[in-house]
This record gives sequence, C-alpha cells and structure tokens, in this order.
Amino acid sequence: MVKEIERAGLPVVHMCTVVPISLTVGANRIVPTVAIPHPLGNPALSIEEEKELRRKLIDKALKALTTEVEEQTVFEQ
Amino acid sequence: MGKYRVVHYINQFFAQIGGEEKADYRPEAREGFVGPGMAFNAAFGDKAEIVGTVICGDSYFNENLEAATKEVLDLIKSFEPDIVIAGPAFNAGRYGMACGTVASTVEKELGIPAITGMYVENPGVDSFKKDIYIISTKSSAAGMRDAVKTMAALAMKLAAGEEIGASAEEGYIPNGIRVNFFEEKRGSERAVDMLLAKMAGKPYTTEFPMPDFDRVEPRPAVKDITKATIALVTSGGIVPKGNPDHIESSSASKYGKYDIEGVFDLTESTYETAHGGYDPVAANQDADRVLPVDILREYEKAGKIGKLHRYFYSTTGNGTAVASAKAYAAAIGKELVADGVDAVILTST
Amino acid sequence: MKLELGNIFIRDIRFDSVSKVEKGILFVNADELRDHLLEDENIKSVSLEIARPGESIRILPVKDVIEPRVKVQGSGGIFPGILSKVSTVGSGRTHVLKGAAVVTTGKIVGFQEGIIDMSGPGADYTPFSKLNNLVVVCEPVDGLKQYAHEKAVRLAGLKAAAYLGKLAKDVEPDEVKVYETPSLKEGIEKYPDLPRVAYVQMLQTQGLLHDTYVYGLDMKHSLPTMLYPTELMDGAVVSGNCVSACDKNTTYHHLNNPVVHDLFAKHGTELNFVGVIITNENVYLADKERSSDWSAKLAEFFGVDGVIISQEGFGNPDTDLIMNCKKIEAKGIKTVIITDEYAGRDGASQSLADADASADAVVTAGNANMLVSLPPMEKVIGHPEVANVIAGGFEGSLQQDGTIVVELQAITGATNELGFNKLSAR
Repeated sequence: MVKEIERAGLPVVHMCTVVPISLTVGANRIVPTVAIPHPLGNPALSIEEEKELRRKLIDKALKALTTEVEEQTVFEQ
Repeated sequence: MGKYRVVHYINQFFAQIGGEEKADYRPEAREGFVGPGMAFNAAFGDKAEIVGTVICGDSYFNENLEAATKEVLDLIKSFEPDIVIAGPAFNAGRYGMACGTVASTVEKELGIPAITGMYVENPGVDSFKKDIYIISTKSSAAGMRDAVKTMAALAMKLAAGEEIGASAEEGYIPNGIRVNFFEEKRGSERAVDMLLAKMAGKPYTTEFPMPDFDRVEPRPAVKDITKATIALVTSGGIVPKGNPDHIESSSASKYGKYDIEGVFDLTESTYETAHGGYDPVAANQDADRVLPVDILREYEKAGKIGKLHRYFYSTTGNGTAVASAKAYAAAIGKELVADGVDAVILTST
Repeated sequence: MKLELGNIFIRDIRFDSVSKVEKGILFVNADELRDHLLEDENIKSVSLEIARPGESIRILPVKDVIEPRVKVQGSGGIFPGILSKVSTVGSGRTHVLKGAAVVTTGKIVGFQEGIIDMSGPGADYTPFSKLNNLVVVCEPVDGLKQYAHEKAVRLAGLKAAAYLGKLAKDVEPDEVKVYETPSLKEGIEKYPDLPRVAYVQMLQTQGLLHDTYVYGLDMKHSLPTMLYPTELMDGAVVSGNCVSACDKNTTYHHLNNPVVHDLFAKHGTELNFVGVIITNENVYLADKERSSDWSAKLAEFFGVDGVIISQEGFGNPDTDLIMNCKKIEAKGIKTVIITDEYAGRDGASQSLADADASADAVVTAGNANMLVSLPPMEKVIGHPEVANVIAGGFEGSLQQDGTIVVELQAITGATNELGFNKLSAR
C-alpha cells in the first residue's frame, strides 16, 4: 500500500512493527513501532505515558517526512 | 459431436522446406497436417483433427513482425479453428518468439484458445508465459513425443472449455497464477523428500520460487511540515464502531473512508478494529493505539503540523491479496493528491 | 526417549447409558460428560452432538479439534501442565482412540474460527471430515470477557478428550507403533553415516485466539527450546488458536504432527531425526530477532545437516519464517520450509509477505484465498450466521438457502503448514 500511495505522488511514512516486511515490500521511509496489536500504544502504560510514547513516535514520523531520502531508510532515533 | 478443428503453426524447418537458408520463407497455408502435425492427429484420436497448417520462415516472421503476424493470422482464421497449436519451438529462439506471438495474438484478436510449447530457456518463454499456456519441453526435437502428448491433452481441455489445473499437473511453464491442486503425497512427506535431495546435493524443485518485489523512487521530503496537510491511512482495520462498511476481518474486498471532522480522540465507544489477524483487545479499547488521531489533533492545535486531513482511510491487511491492496492504495493515493494532501502517515499492525 | 502408541480404531460414536469403548465403537454417556464440563463456572450450557464422515452436517465456528488419548505407562499424563501435573511426557505407553475426535464450537469468541463440513466439497479440504467427531457446543455465561471465554472453551475441549481417552486405558490396541529418539551422543554412534535432521516448529503466539501452550506455558513467554518428538504425541503442545482456521494447528495436529511422523518413517534408514526445536511468532520485532537467533543457535549446536521449518499462520509470521530460514542457512545447514499462500482469489498476487533468496526449497499447502462454495447441509451445529464475519468470510457469505461461499482460509485445517494435507499450489 505504501508503495502505491507514494507512486501516486505523496511522501509516505510507514509506521509498522515488522520492519523486515516493510523493507521487503519496499517502503522508503520507515518508523519502527511498538507491537503488532498496538503499534502506537502500550496498554501496560498509564494513559499519559502512552500519549507521551505516541508523541515520540509521531515526532519520528514527522522527521521522516521532512527528511530527504535516497533509498529505503529506517528512522530508529 | 464433431471433431474440434485445429490449426497448427510451424516454421520452415519443421515443414521440411529447409533450414537457415529458407528462413525467409513467406507465410503459406496448407490443408491438413504437415510434419509434426501427424503426431498431434494421432494424439487427438477421434476428438480433434488438424484442418490446416500455416507455415512461415523464422527470419521472415521476426524481421517483418507486424506484417507477418497479420498474414499468418488471416491464414489461420480462414480455417475457422476451435483451437490453435503453435510449435513446439523447443530451444529455437526466433521460432519461440514467432510461436508466442502467433498464439497470443490468436487469443487476443480472434478469441480462440491457443497454446505453444518451448524449452524453459527459450527467450519466447519470458515474453509470453503470462499471456498463453506454454508447455515445457526438452531443448531439442528429441523431446517431440512427450511435447505432443502434453500439448494435445491441454489443447483438448481448452477446446472443451474445461477448467485448467495447476502448472505441475498440466505441464505448462508457471505463469505467475497460483492454482490449487491435490498432490500425491502430503506436504510433510514432500518436505522430507526435498530435504533429503537438498542435503545430498541432488536436484529438487521448490514449489514456490521466491518473488522479486519492485521498488518506487522516494518522493521529496515535505518542506514545511507546519503548513502541511497530513492524511492518516491504516491497514490495521480501524473503523467506526459497528463496522458500517462491513470490511472483512481477512482478505478485505474494500477499504473505508471516514470523516473525522471534529473528532479529537478515538474512544472505545466510537471506534474499533475489523482486523482478524491480531489480538484486537488493545485496539478496541483505544483505537489511537493504531490510528493516532489524538496526538495529531494536539499537534494541529499547537501548529506543529498544518492540518490533519478530514478523512482517514482504512482496510484490513490480513490475508488481503497484494493486488487488492495495491488497487485500494492507488485509488486512495489519487484521491489524496486531488484533495491537496501533502504527506501520508500509514500505520500497519 | 521411547514411546509406544497403541491405536484403537474407532468406527462409530454413539450415545449410551455407560461410557465405554467396545469393538471399535465409542459409547458416550452424554449426561455424565456434560456434568463434568459444567463444573467450570464460566460455562453456561453444554450440548453434545455426533458428526460422522459423510453426514450432511456443518460445524461452525470451530475452535479446536482434539484426539482422545490416555497415558497407560510412563511419567506424566495427557496435556501436562494443563490437565495433568507438569511432568515430562513422551515415554512409556499411550493409547489413542484413532478415528475419533472432540470438536469444540459455540458462540464466537472473535472472528477467527473455522468451518468443518462432514460431506460435500468442503469435506475434501478438512481432514476432520474423515473422523467420528463428538461435537461439544459450549456457551459461555453472559458477559464473559473474550480471554476468559476462549480459555473456558479450550479447557472444555481438552477435558472432554481426556474423559474419552480414559475409556481406552484397558482396551487392547489394534496396533502398536514404537517411536524412539536416542540422545545426541547415542544417535551419532548408532547412525554415523546418516544425515542429521532436526525439525523447527514455529508456534503461533500473538494473543487472543493466537496462542499456543507448551506444558501449560504460554509459548510467547518462552525462548525457543527443544522437545523430544514423542512429547508432542502426549499433548505437550496445546492449541489456543484458530485465526484463519485453514493454517492454524489444532491440538489434533500437534498430537499427530505429520513432519514428526514422516521424519520417524525414515529415521535410522535415510536420516537421523535428532529432535524438535520449538519457537514462537511474537508481535515484537525484537522477539522475532531473538527467537530466530535462538533457533539457529540450537540447530547449530545439535550439529544437524538439515532442518524442516514449519510455519503457523501468515502475514507477519512470514517474517519469522524467513528469519529462521535465512539464519539457519547462514550456519551452513540446509533448510526446507513449509508454508501456505495468500495469492488472491485469482492466484495472481504475491503469495508471501516476506521473501529471501535463501528460501530456495519451499513446500506449499495451497492458496488460502481460493473461493469455495459450500452447499447447504441438513444440519448445522453451532452458529451459521458467523460465516459472514469469520476470517475468510465476507458480507453475503451465508446465502438464503444455507450455501456458504468463503475463502479456503475459513475451513479448519485446509492449508495446514505442518504439511498435514495433500493440497498444494503451483
């Protein structure tokens, strides 16, 4: 899906847990997430902690979208 | 019932007109069978008969592709066939290209089923295996007897409009379409046999060759994120509570587009997941864990991003065919571009 | 470790006033078994039905299928860590009611359960249409949460199977088969010239209706480890999953693991089967990396020449499969992987979510997206309306006349990745 939206002309950041699949299928901007059933959350945390976790992940995604890339890039930091 | 009418296409060599020196031989039609056609007729028994043979030199065909194709097609058409057989071409490159062109054009333009046969390394295979059935043959005419038997059997099925089985059953070169069938042995036994062969350095055939995935050029980065409109897309199946579009839990046949104007938080009572491939409890409690609407609204208010796009798009990635996912994404991408969206966050589970 | 399996062939199941096995017939006192299962306070009602091969019966949503077995000699009991105390099983003697099974159904837990047809075209795709099934219809008490509901039904199935299994304890088996695995050292001495082979079994461990238990331990919390193959035959591994039921291992599959049986068939003649490495398929990437590192390490440590790797499920577990394959090949060990495909209804799409060139020996159990039309049956046990929401179904799957049109993935065991069936694809 990532690839087709990008083909349509938009930069896409793929936020997913299983980074190897994302790399295999060909996403260009990848942000690793928490776990498959809750990529952007963690039920073990308090609501506020969870929001903070989500903010950090979104910050990474925004950074990915504003970074020029030449090849498939995983934004770990 | 009468016999099926078969037209056979062969080159100058198999028509016994001559070798390379006669390769510029022009298209010609003869009544009945010529050369290898005799073996085909024998294989058909009383089911079918070669009513005509069309012959063309390989050089003439390939050097005058368009004109030759038309001439050959007209000659084939004149016999009013039910099915067309080209070759087999074995490992002859130009003959393979000719057979592939003739067979695929017959199917496309005349709407008549057509098959050919080639050695797997014949350049005609890669060019035409997705368009027509190409029976796998040996590299030389020494494999004629086997080739005729397999080609005749498949031709009869096609003529009768029967369902065509998997490549391994019918003998055609895999064409990228995966077809189910029942093997002789169960999977675990086939795995043990394959492992014994692999460990011993003996030949074996994988049942699924690894695919190549294509790539897309990365799009330029967003210049000013504080002015950008960002859209959310997910394959995690987040939908309004009750799944109004009935998106399937697996193998989704559609995607949903949902208005989130005025929505600041996805709650347990308003949103859920339709995805059947993961433990849904966490996502059902708080769908922001999959689709982070809450934080993006916060950032929108704080001016960290320009705007969160009014609609989000959702489907279930679970067991959904790549071709379907591709089609949905292409449609979604087109809409997003038209709506002036600048960038997309796509979340997967 | 050495286990004798005494098979008692069952050709029919009947309700009667006394539960017993006699001349190949399994008699069941329904009231007694029902009362036994109702001891669980989370279960509101239980009804029992019989479904025989060839009958016009459809069962859905199917949660698990279990073969009745009983330990006759040797340590431990059937389903150790769950029904019996934790104690190593896999040695001594076990009796099996071959040809019979317990099938659990009842209100749907998620949207992940399967279909079994006892006749018609659907019956060709599920191995369970060939068995005499005692169907346990379990309804939960009102308001029971999903996790507790799943657990209650899982335990009910195991208890019912153990209840029936006990009836086989003093029955003379129709055949006795012996399975023996020597220690590493003995194996090397005994078969110095045979290639050494291990079996890497991947177990689904992703949460609700996606879990697997090993001696009662939720396998997602374990690192990869090893089992003697005969431990599987005594119920060391129990299924807690039926998501896209086509390629999930029921408990019946674990008890009758076909890779284990087919490796044993050539053990000592063409190969030396050293044991089973079990690993998980977790939802965290770090877990996937750690577990595949571990399975490769174990394979290397066992000094094997080759392994067979079986997957459970599809999608993100394709990555676990490819990681296991790649890392084990990198140790110089030959691999064959068993998987299934999601190539679209037309068969034209990419079959796996992940791929690697080292996966050059693949056995496929078929394309699970293929559509099948299941004609109406005279009797439906369970809840037919869930056909529209189970994985593989869609709005309109259940038609007016009772026909169900679904993808193969909705049929229990249809594309089993242990290689239990003959179905394949090219």
